[in-house]
Amino acid sequence: MWEQQVAFWVLAVAMAAAAIGVVRSRNIVHAALFLVVVLAGAAAQYILLAAEFVAWVQVLIYIGAVVVLFLFGIMLTRAPMHDDAGALDNDQRWGGLVVALFVLGVLIALLVNAFGGKKIHFSNALVSLGRTSHVGTDIFRVFVVPFEVVSMLLLAALVGAVVLARKD
Amino acid sequence: MTRLANPFPGGDPLFNHGLDLTVIGFVIVKTLIVFGLLLVSVLLYIWFMRKVIADMQNRIGPDQAGPFGILQTLADGIKLFFKEHSTPARADRPVYLLAPFVSALAAFLAFAIVPFGGIARLGTHTTFLQLADPPVGVLWLLAMSGIGVYGVMLAGWSSGSKYPLLGSVRASAQVLSYEAAMGLSIVGVLVHTGTLSTRGIVLQQTWQNWHSFVSQWLWLPAIGAFVIFLIAATAETNHPPFDFSEAEEELAGGYHIEYGGIRFAIFYLAEFMNMITMSAIAVTLFLGGPSGPKLGFLNQGGWVNVWIVPVFWFLLKLWVVLYATVWLRASLPRLRYDLLMDLGWKVLIEAAFLWAMVTGVIVVGQDQHWNLWIVTPAAAVAALLVYGFLMMCVPGKRELEDIR
Repeated sequence: MWEQQVAFWVLAVAMAAAAIGVVRSRNIVHAALFLVVVLAGAAAQYILLAAEFVAWVQVLIYIGAVVVLFLFGIMLTRAPMHDDAGALDNDQRWGGLVVALFVLGVLIALLVNAFGGKKIHFSNALVSLGRTSHVGTDIFRVFVVPFEVVSMLLLAALVGAVVLARKD
Repeated sequence: MTRLANPFPGGDPLFNHGLDLTVIGFVIVKTLIVFGLLLVSVLLYIWFMRKVIADMQNRIGPDQAGPFGILQTLADGIKLFFKEHSTPARADRPVYLLAPFVSALAAFLAFAIVPFGGIARLGTHTTFLQLADPPVGVLWLLAMSGIGVYGVMLAGWSSGSKYPLLGSVRASAQVLSYEAAMGLSIVGVLVHTGTLSTRGIVLQQTWQNWHSFVSQWLWLPAIGAFVIFLIAATAETNHPPFDFSEAEEELAGGYHIEYGGIRFAIFYLAEFMNMITMSAIAVTLFLGGPSGPKLGFLNQGGWVNVWIVPVFWFLLKLWVVLYATVWLRASLPRLRYDLLMDLGWKVLIEAAFLWAMVTGVIVVGQDQHWNLWIVTPAAAVAALLVYGFLMMCVPGKRELEDIR
């Protein structure tokens, strides 16, 4: 199992460094590219957990669509790209720190509460759990109601965005 | 069509006995072979394209380098390789240098899932003739074309001037829009095959007799998805009549204006690699990939029928599709940009979505032994009604102007 440990820590350090790059970068496109590194690292972590489908959906959706749309937003609007005169700095470092620590605490508490002390044993059964067909069956049989609720939520957000963006 | 069980459910049998040095050696050799195949295909394709278009326009085309000018692309490549590098003064240097490689890498990796032959046995090892057979299969293709967008986008942005930026925003908007239609059209195939793995998809289209051409190969059972896929893939690869990324009259040349020498050549290479990959995926999904009739007078399990014949069928189908792309390039003028977006968002995405639903009805009907002669037209009529309703909801050109 030591290979997985090594890979985990290499990826984790790279992700943390890139995450610092996202907030430290003075060029907004560079920040978006650092974000791509973080998301790709997350996808690699999923692969380490034998969740291949989730990993590639992460690449497809987050890297292939979400960050591309960020870049689109940056390039199509006249947003400042370089931090020439502090234009990218909203001067809320302390607030940001509090929120970051709060989220970290919530995530740690959740993970320890849910999985504390449990270990993942790699087996063929685990690999087949991560297979596309298995994930699909789970989503559309076991978790169909949450899935539909999330779909409605996203649809509502989409309609809301159109309403807000239209001038008339 | 009938469903066949996948004899290798666990992916490439090369890895069934653990990982050792020979297996790693196999993977490296396979990578080199696939890369070489793709590069040689690009060289031949560019020559082929210029020669065929020249023929269609009553010209001679390249005829100086080598017999029939076949080495012309190689000569161009060598010339570009030795040209001087220059970086624009306002360029964002690291990103500017990275962009061409992102394009080329994504284009090459997308080809990894294409099965270009049957099964190869060497010593005790058995392997598929394809670089990788991940269980997520086709999703890999979509993920890689998503990453390929970065090459276009970053190239335009990092050049630090107006025209490349406009060109890249335009090209990447096009690629993104058509990726949605392409993904949805692939769903129409996946409902038939029940697997994402490209090897699994090809195995379901195995050749049994001449009837397989219409019953096993998916181009007829999934004809709607096939048409949508071809249009969307043409737009996705920025191929004429959708080649807006290099609309020279409007944008001086698109996202790579500021690139020269080998860096430009890498973009050019990536573009044609994408072209070949998309054609190969069309062959894989709809035309049976490497499946085809075997040579009856030879031993069915002999090396000619197991190794050579599938590769021959794959390459033949690939070049037929590639010829069709050249034909398109020679005969169709470029579309207008708003028409391109209309086609993508208002026609292809809805059509692909509805086709996937009709396919679902047909597949369920086959499982449940419904009368398909009633169910299929009913599903098609229902789909057309839904489409008509959607089109009534979309405001037309005139109404949009009224709103403005």
